[in-house]
Amino acid sequence: MTTIAAAGTAHRPSLSRRIPWTLIVFLAACTVPWLGSRYNVFLAEQIAIDALFAVSLNLLLGTTGLVSFGHVAYFGVGAYVCGILMKTYSVPFYLAFPAAGLGTALFALVSGFFCVRLIKLYFAMLTLAFSQIVWAIAYKWNGMTGGDQGLPEIPFPNLDWMNSIPGLSDLKTSDQFYLLAVLLIAIALAVLHRIVRSPFGRMLTTIRDNPERAAFIGINVRAYQLAAFVVAGTFAGFAGALYGIFSRGVFADYVFWSKSAEVMIMAILGGMNFFWGPPVGALALVWLNQEITDYTQYWPFVLGTILLVLLFVFPGGIVGGLNALWTRLRGRLRA
Amino acid sequence: MGGLTTAMFLFLIASGLSLVFGIMRVINFAHGSFYMLGAYLAWQAVQWLHPIGGGFWIASLFAAVCVGVLGAVVERLFFRSLYGREELYQLLFTYALVLILGDAARFLWGTNQLSVSTPPVLAGSVKIFGSTQPLYSLFIIALGPAIAFGGWLLLNRTGIGRMVRAAQMDREMLDALGANVGTIYTGMFVFSSFLAGLSGALITPIQSIVPGMDVLIIVQAFIVVVIGGMGSFWGTFWGAVIYGEVLSFGILIFPGFSLFSVFALMAVILIVRPWGLFGRPL
Repeated sequence: MTTIAAAGTAHRPSLSRRIPWTLIVFLAACTVPWLGSRYNVFLAEQIAIDALFAVSLNLLLGTTGLVSFGHVAYFGVGAYVCGILMKTYSVPFYLAFPAAGLGTALFALVSGFFCVRLIKLYFAMLTLAFSQIVWAIAYKWNGMTGGDQGLPEIPFPNLDWMNSIPGLSDLKTSDQFYLLAVLLIAIALAVLHRIVRSPFGRMLTTIRDNPERAAFIGINVRAYQLAAFVVAGTFAGFAGALYGIFSRGVFADYVFWSKSAEVMIMAILGGMNFFWGPPVGALALVWLNQEITDYTQYWPFVLGTILLVLLFVFPGGIVGGLNALWTRLRGRLRA
Repeated sequence: MGGLTTAMFLFLIASGLSLVFGIMRVINFAHGSFYMLGAYLAWQAVQWLHPIGGGFWIASLFAAVCVGVLGAVVERLFFRSLYGREELYQLLFTYALVLILGDAARFLWGTNQLSVSTPPVLAGSVKIFGSTQPLYSLFIIALGPAIAFGGWLLLNRTGIGRMVRAAQMDREMLDALGANVGTIYTGMFVFSSFLAGLSGALITPIQSIVPGMDVLIIVQAFIVVVIGGMGSFWGTFWGAVIYGEVLSFGILIFPGFSLFSVFALMAVILIVRPWGLFGRPL
């Protein structure tokens, strides 16, 4: 699958190369509040947050080859740190948001230190155990997290500065927050993109492909894996912090283990060998969920079936499938 | 005593999980769904048998056999082609089953709580050491060690068991020697599903059947398997006992922290001895 990815980028024609796709998507996302319905903003915000969450997981899954089954723990820690600081201690968002990232990074450092010592299935089990520890704390620590009642009514950040920008002042607070979230997510994705494309990111891929050989040429495999774990956890924490404000509350349900599987499905549905795969997966899944729940209440059944088709027919995901199709079409045209 | 009943139930559920892990190196999330299906099928069979009466035992057997057959279908049709693939795909495949079976149960039996009454033979209670114990709990407490002993006999004292242990050690070598490894794998998966279905059926007189019992039980079964050692039959037995006691004493000593303590125990064991207290390193 990696060879297909490499071939895909190498053969991409110069025209589509020159179009700044990411900028277009970002600008398109910014216009959503003016498209009329409040529902569109809700969908777009959900997709953007899930996209960041899925990309952060994919740094482990696709880039480093670590199967984490507890990534939702970091999402949850970010959501709780930001939510508790903003609601209980009235800390402004512009401090609480970085604090959420820092808190998640610390937790990822401690838990990751133990996780990267374990091989494959044990690694998956330990990440699952840590995520269930977070869930148990969130569920039982009534004084801090609100226990099973959760932490409702997290305030919006102070967005007064947006009112001084012409064109933004007449937007609702929720729409203004959407713009802030899209901006922060775009920055986060840009940083993650740089990380994956950097020499550090290349090293992670080397470790994924052959950890023994990587260790043999003198790479400290565990240190690199731990660094990837902390970066992935931190960005999941940022996604969680935004999600808590977006959904106006943080609840223990967010941290239950099955949520980790859901974000994993997003990454794989999009294609975990491509940086933009997981966002495509997030888009497809959120949109499908909205469409299908109009017709039937059996969304999990549909999701399970999609997953089966994905595993047995299209293991490369949407982006992988399109890429293979594109390469084949180009081959036809040339011949 | 309550802890011991919970422990024996968890052993019944986790033993199948541990077996599949030990031999096929697969973490089967769908094991909890098989357990849930066992419970629903047993309830259904009790309803069908109602006019005749006394159907609990037949219903339990029926449920366990049905789930075993389902296990055979799943293994032959799907799982087979995933053995050589990365464990990520195996994990996600079993998770897809969780989603599909969970919704199938919701579709067939709705979302109401269902319950089955205790079979008349075991409906009473007896006094032991001054406290009253329901007979059914005693039956479960006796059944656990019996299954553990039976499983141990099967694995360590029979020809089939020898083949299974050989497949666990070196699949290719056994294949090369002419043994039918495919059949052994299917057989183990069916046996594991059968145990899941049986434990699901047997829990119905104690717990009501609700949607979501699949994802709740599977994590507990994971904890048990991790404590005892993945793949070790006696390890799973002692893992279940430790889990049950930690949980029930945890509730007595730190009421809020019993959930936390079992997950923390799981994490500590994975950190210190990933292969569990009674297992052997891979």
